[in-house]
Amino acid sequence: MLPDNLRKHAVAAAVEAFDADAVTGGKYDRKELTLETPPAKIVSVCGFLKYDQKFVRLSTVTAVDRYPAEPRFEVVYHLHSIEPCQRLRLKCRVRGEDPVIESVTSVWRSANWYEREVFDLFGIKFVNHPDLRRILLPDDWEGHPLRKDYPITGTRV
Amino acid sequence: MSAPETPEEMAAAAEGAPSEFGPRRMVLNMGPQHPSTHGVLRLVLDLDGENIVNCQLDIGYLHTGIEKEFEVKTYQQAVTLTDRVDYLAPLSMNLGYCLAVEKLLGLEIPPRAQWMRVMLTELTRLNSHLVWLGTHALDIGAMTVFLYCFREREDILRIFEMFSGQRMMTSYFRIGGLALEPPRGWRERVKTFIDVFPSRIDEYEDLLTNNRIWIGRTRGVGVISLEDMLDLGVTGPMLRAAGLKIDARKDEPYSSYEQFDFEVPTRAESDVYARYQVRMEEMRQSVRIVRQAMDGMPSGPWKAEDQHVVLPDREKMKTQMEALIYHFKIVTEGFRVPEGEVYQAIESPRGELGFYVVSDGTAKPYRVHMRTPSFGNLQGVPRMVEGSLLADVVAAIGSMDFVLGDTDR
Repeated sequence: MLPDNLRKHAVAAAVEAFDADAVTGGKYDRKELTLETPPAKIVSVCGFLKYDQKFVRLSTVTAVDRYPAEPRFEVVYHLHSIEPCQRLRLKCRVRGEDPVIESVTSVWRSANWYEREVFDLFGIKFVNHPDLRRILLPDDWEGHPLRKDYPITGTRV
Repeated sequence: MSAPETPEEMAAAAEGAPSEFGPRRMVLNMGPQHPSTHGVLRLVLDLDGENIVNCQLDIGYLHTGIEKEFEVKTYQQAVTLTDRVDYLAPLSMNLGYCLAVEKLLGLEIPPRAQWMRVMLTELTRLNSHLVWLGTHALDIGAMTVFLYCFREREDILRIFEMFSGQRMMTSYFRIGGLALEPPRGWRERVKTFIDVFPSRIDEYEDLLTNNRIWIGRTRGVGVISLEDMLDLGVTGPMLRAAGLKIDARKDEPYSSYEQFDFEVPTRAESDVYARYQVRMEEMRQSVRIVRQAMDGMPSGPWKAEDQHVVLPDREKMKTQMEALIYHFKIVTEGFRVPEGEVYQAIESPRGELGFYVVSDGTAKPYRVHMRTPSFGNLQGVPRMVEGSLLADVVAAIGSMDFVLGDTDR
């Protein structure tokens, strides 16, 4: 359900009109619009936003670890439309046990590396990603450093 | 079978027809220690003769885990980390981070500090473009340009040293304003430089713009379409060289850029030469901005009026108990930032630099993500070089102006 105070934002209203189940929440804070989407809907929502709402660019994909809360991860997408100049943040909550979400590489090719980075540093798997392997860390690295339960310092024994 | 001599034989050989020279496909490893990959970038090139069939990039050699490091530093301490990400444009990084945190805090920055930030960020752009031009020209074989560019870059670094005490890792922008009061005599120093610099740009252009070798190596090379670039996450001068007028300084102005008068140069060809022209014009525009900032520099305070966030003046700290307490609190505990999240995009010399900062209400960032332009831009490399000649790879990737520290973080 789209919060009532967000109906005045054309993009939010359009997404709700496109698929009433696609928005589970959102906020307008510090002049930035955030919409929450269930992980199952992410590809269709992104496709709608790109082809229908002119969000031609995917600026970045990242994640936030809310450990020990559950669902543990927030996968965050920053979208950018050039004409009119507009930014939108999409958020999906993903469970901590074997986190999985569908890849948006079929919508924007740029998601390829962004998602590989999230996979590398958070261990979130992206289904249907063409080339899901580590990108920044060595292939034989153990663990995912940006998780909150990964230590800042220490030596492996 | 002898070496191909007739046109038919050559054509057959080019098609990859089996000959005594064997299959013509080979894999070439370029980098990570290769001078023209500007840092530790590794390209794995699949070659058919001299044509590139497939290109794969391998990055991460410079990964330092800076985003993790942010989570254990207080907000103000973390400014020093941002310098080290894009080490050719440290002040742009400072600016992006400070703006993001200031947005979270809802902090108003006085005009003098905003203008000073604009001036120094534009000098940083000059600094970065000079390194790009020098090394790019050096890759293509023009050594003189490199020496000239580093001569001027030295002047800029000395200006930074005058302001902050540091040549490269300045950390001069702090949350709430500037780190130090602008030094006495800064105006003369900047003026001396900015008066001479346009003639220096002419000098570089004399060497390159109509140079037949330069044109031969750059025109029509490294072409990539605008649609591909938008889809692959490429930003900045690359897009502008393909005819798209996009610049965060104009589209979503920050730090009072809306008060400055400058043009966003574009070209239509989207080749290496067009990117060269765009960046040269950008340097001239940056000079314009620096001059406007210098001439119209507002007077007044250079840091915000918020005793919870900004360190008190030294004088007050020594004489007033309250100021001393705030000073102690900020230095030992930092300051709390209200819960929330922001994404602040700025135009770095390389493209869209975004800071996504999440606060949980404590004195340390919960999560900082840097959307760095080099990381996005590099995704366009395979599309740009596949189908071209091996010799053009160096020119093509040089025109991208990436920094590996910025890519790997």
